[in-house]
Amino acid sequence: MSILVDRNTRLLVQGITGREGEFHTTQMVEYGTQVVAGVTPGGGGKAVAGAPVYNTVHEAVAETGANTSIIFVPAPFAPDAVYEAAANGIELIVCITEGIPALDEVKMYRYVREQGARLLGPNCPGVTTVGEAKVGIIPGNIHIPGPVGLVSRSGTLTYEAVAALTAAQIGQSTVVGIGGDPVPGTSFVDTLRMFEEDAETRGVVLIGEIGGTAEEEAAEYITEMSKPVVGFIAGRTAPPGRRMGHAGAIISGGRGTAEEKVRALEAANVQVATTPAEIADFVDLALAAG
Amino acid sequence: MNLHEYQARELLSQHGVPVPPGEVAASAEQAEAAAACIGGQVVVKAQVHSGGRGKAGGVKLAGGPAEAREAAEQILGTAIRGLPVHQVLVAPAADIRREIYVSFVLDRAEKTVSLIASAEGGVDIEEVAATSPESIVRAHADPLLGFQPWQAREVAFRLGLGGAHVRQFADIAMKLYEVFTENDASLVEVNPLAEVGSGELQALDAKVTLDDNGLFRHRHLAALRDTSQEDPSEVRAAQAGINYVKLDGEIGCMVNGAGLAMATMDMVKLYGGEPANFLDIGGGATAEQVTAALNIILSDPNVKAVLINIFGGIARCDVVAHGIVEALEHVERRVPMVVRLEGTNAEEGRRILENAHLHSAVSLSEVAELAVRLVTGDASAPKELPVSTSEA
Repeated sequence: MSILVDRNTRLLVQGITGREGEFHTTQMVEYGTQVVAGVTPGGGGKAVAGAPVYNTVHEAVAETGANTSIIFVPAPFAPDAVYEAAANGIELIVCITEGIPALDEVKMYRYVREQGARLLGPNCPGVTTVGEAKVGIIPGNIHIPGPVGLVSRSGTLTYEAVAALTAAQIGQSTVVGIGGDPVPGTSFVDTLRMFEEDAETRGVVLIGEIGGTAEEEAAEYITEMSKPVVGFIAGRTAPPGRRMGHAGAIISGGRGTAEEKVRALEAANVQVATTPAEIADFVDLALAAG
Repeated sequence: MNLHEYQARELLSQHGVPVPPGEVAASAEQAEAAAACIGGQVVVKAQVHSGGRGKAGGVKLAGGPAEAREAAEQILGTAIRGLPVHQVLVAPAADIRREIYVSFVLDRAEKTVSLIASAEGGVDIEEVAATSPESIVRAHADPLLGFQPWQAREVAFRLGLGGAHVRQFADIAMKLYEVFTENDASLVEVNPLAEVGSGELQALDAKVTLDDNGLFRHRHLAALRDTSQEDPSEVRAAQAGINYVKLDGEIGCMVNGAGLAMATMDMVKLYGGEPANFLDIGGGATAEQVTAALNIILSDPNVKAVLINIFGGIARCDVVAHGIVEALEHVERRVPMVVRLEGTNAEEGRRILENAHLHSAVSLSEVAELAVRLVTGDASAPKELPVSTSEA
């Protein structure tokens, strides 16, 4: 078990011949991920890191049985790549691309769900099931396998938290980056639900940040969970009304502050850490108590 | 990106929304001429990217051209909430019978574009939401179908409109939705949408915020950016493709990734320091970008120390390390600096720093604590650049 990806994942890389696509394909293959195909329109016939490149997703799926896709396509073309994946039976679409217009994200969210698929991201670092598959850009060497699931709106802050867990000898089951945009394809609640049902996961770390109400919605669901959750919220020092890098990280109209989110999580019996190192301390305590 | 009211009015007008005539003036003389051209009583409004213009004295009523000139003289050149006023809008003073609030927003919770309306227009919608939430009407666009006329009519009836106003409101709402979707907006707000003396509904004020991620397909709108309404160092950063938000503290921060950048600022605060800025250097941090970022951070005279925190994923630590070493030869000002590299190619990165006699801290806590000590003047902290943690 584990969630979203595992050793049976058959990965297709869209935008595989680009600079980032190629670099991270190599990294994913080195991690042990089954990268079965790549797609670059007009790039058919090439190979990257041993994976054959096709012109269309249709062809790639037909030839290789790919069931998961990762997208390294520039923002103006990324929605099209998501639609192509969803229309061709890909079950999980991981969109790394940053800078996609919100109006496209709204459509992507809706269309992918209608096709019965799941979208992770956009503007996310992807997902890694430790020791099985890495579908994203999270450095592979920071993990150790274990019982803790992690879900985050951030990229590099996710790595920071994973590194803190690993330093404390606390292993991870699956690490999920849902992305920092206003309309993510997969929410905290969606991911927590999967972790709750996953036999390998005994506790969860949730890393949120200012803006929106995803943490508050998560807090509501956490009250129904049997597994302990430890939280961390970035942006306690962020000024209101300013977008802090992520398109979704903005305190607007006085809503979406770190304080509100910490309060909501604490009301749901979530211990909220103030430093990445403290995340590991709290997880240790929660697992010992469980 | 925010548009000025006069730019928003023009955009609405292009899409067929009834907007009263108005002229933008950059001088008192122009305001006088505009008032003479419009005739009768006019309103002179500061064009500034800030709410609460009325309360701040940025909106004045004028009986005629001479008074309009006087009003413009009082408003132009002032600052509203720290933002300079370089232009005023001169528009006819309307005979208002009724004020409605209407907007389209990107609704994160509903994951679509939503209409928000209230029969209690003319005041701040957040105030209405707090005092009489029952008066707020919402309708959500289907993401694939778009907002539909029946939804607009239903909202009109729920607002208590009748007769010709129902059709007029629905028509205006559909056009506002078009403004939103065709220009990649994240907010299109008309407050008030007023019933004027003639009985017609008119947009007397307009606010449009554009989605920065959508600007690549609207070059003509991107050109409307008024950089005088932004911090000059933030403008410089944006041109270099760097996310930078200036704050009031003393510790300049350079981080890769927005979440980690926020967490780094929080850590600085936790250790008793104040972050001078938020700065996300982005994915492929090159030497040019690190140099640009350092110079932007150092252009803030309050900065007394710099903290660089890089956790490599897409960004490779070796590239960043090269950038740091190269940047140090080009920075405009020297202050103590602490570096922490972790993740993709981190060891190579640390080796590059070491070869340049720069040693790096190991953890985020360590680097934050060290940065704070540099500023508070702790004797054990290194003073000169480059900084070695082994000395600390």
